[in-house]
Amino acid sequence: MIALDTTDRLILRELVRDATQPASTIGRKLGLSQPAAWRRIRRLYDSGAIKGQRLDLDHERLGFGVTVFLGVKLATKGRVSLDDFERAVSAIPEVQTVEHILGLYDYRLRVVARDISDFERVLRRRIMTLPGVGDVEANVLLSEERRPGPIG
Amino acid sequence: MLTDTDRRILRHYQHDPMLGPADLADRAGITPATCARRLDRMQAAGIIRANRAVIDWRALGYEVEVSLRITLDKTQPRAFDEFIATARNVPEVIEIQTFLGRVDLRLSVIARDMAHYQQLYRSAILDLPHIADIEALMHVARIKSDEVLPV
Repeated sequence: MIALDTTDRLILRELVRDATQPASTIGRKLGLSQPAAWRRIRRLYDSGAIKGQRLDLDHERLGFGVTVFLGVKLATKGRVSLDDFERAVSAIPEVQTVEHILGLYDYRLRVVARDISDFERVLRRRIMTLPGVGDVEANVLLSEERRPGPIG
Repeated sequence: MLTDTDRRILRHYQHDPMLGPADLADRAGITPATCARRLDRMQAAGIIRANRAVIDWRALGYEVEVSLRITLDKTQPRAFDEFIATARNVPEVIEIQTFLGRVDLRLSVIARDMAHYQQLYRSAILDLPHIADIEALMHVARIKSDEVLPV
């Protein structure tokens, strides 16, 4: 486990807000020299505390007006069908995330579509035809808020 | 409106957000100057909101992630607002989503281990206002998580 001090946490928060900020900008905000800020940023990436970056896009402006979370239960269980399902579902471009969960459903999918009729097309042609798919529950996303988490 | 070049930039940039400006221009097959201009324009227009670091909570010692699906008591007119305002005060809540469907809300909650989760659940989650029903789903694995838009 990676231990962070308060300065690391503040840097982490800055990088979650905007990962393209130069070390000098972050250093200025937190009262660190450019080399000191750079070394800490480097360590956050190298140690794996930061696992990557994500482009935050305005979905609606790009024509994706609808996000739906699907809870999928597999009809037939077994090692083979899980692998087949995961491979097939991951290949669908409209499926943004695939999570294997324990509880009511086997998988949770985040699906984007242009509108409700486009979503219906994705659901019928792509999702319902997946190998082993059983019950599907749909919840339409109305709002979403990502919180900073326990780093501040 | 987006041009084909914009879409090409977005496709490459989404797949590898850590690319530097020169490499991104190279992959998109355009000059660095054109690429920088297009990116600036998409940022100014609010199409690109940010390029954010993604935290690996597991690497920071948070081994457990639970999805809580919550139904609220809708006879309370301010149930949503009050619930969300209180949930924001729990640092271990990393995502709050609202839905139209069988559930009203979903919280993503992280915890160091099951004992920590149980303590959070009892002291912070069950204290949130206007809960009618709550259902917990445990994360096992993320199969796909790039959240790329098919632009």
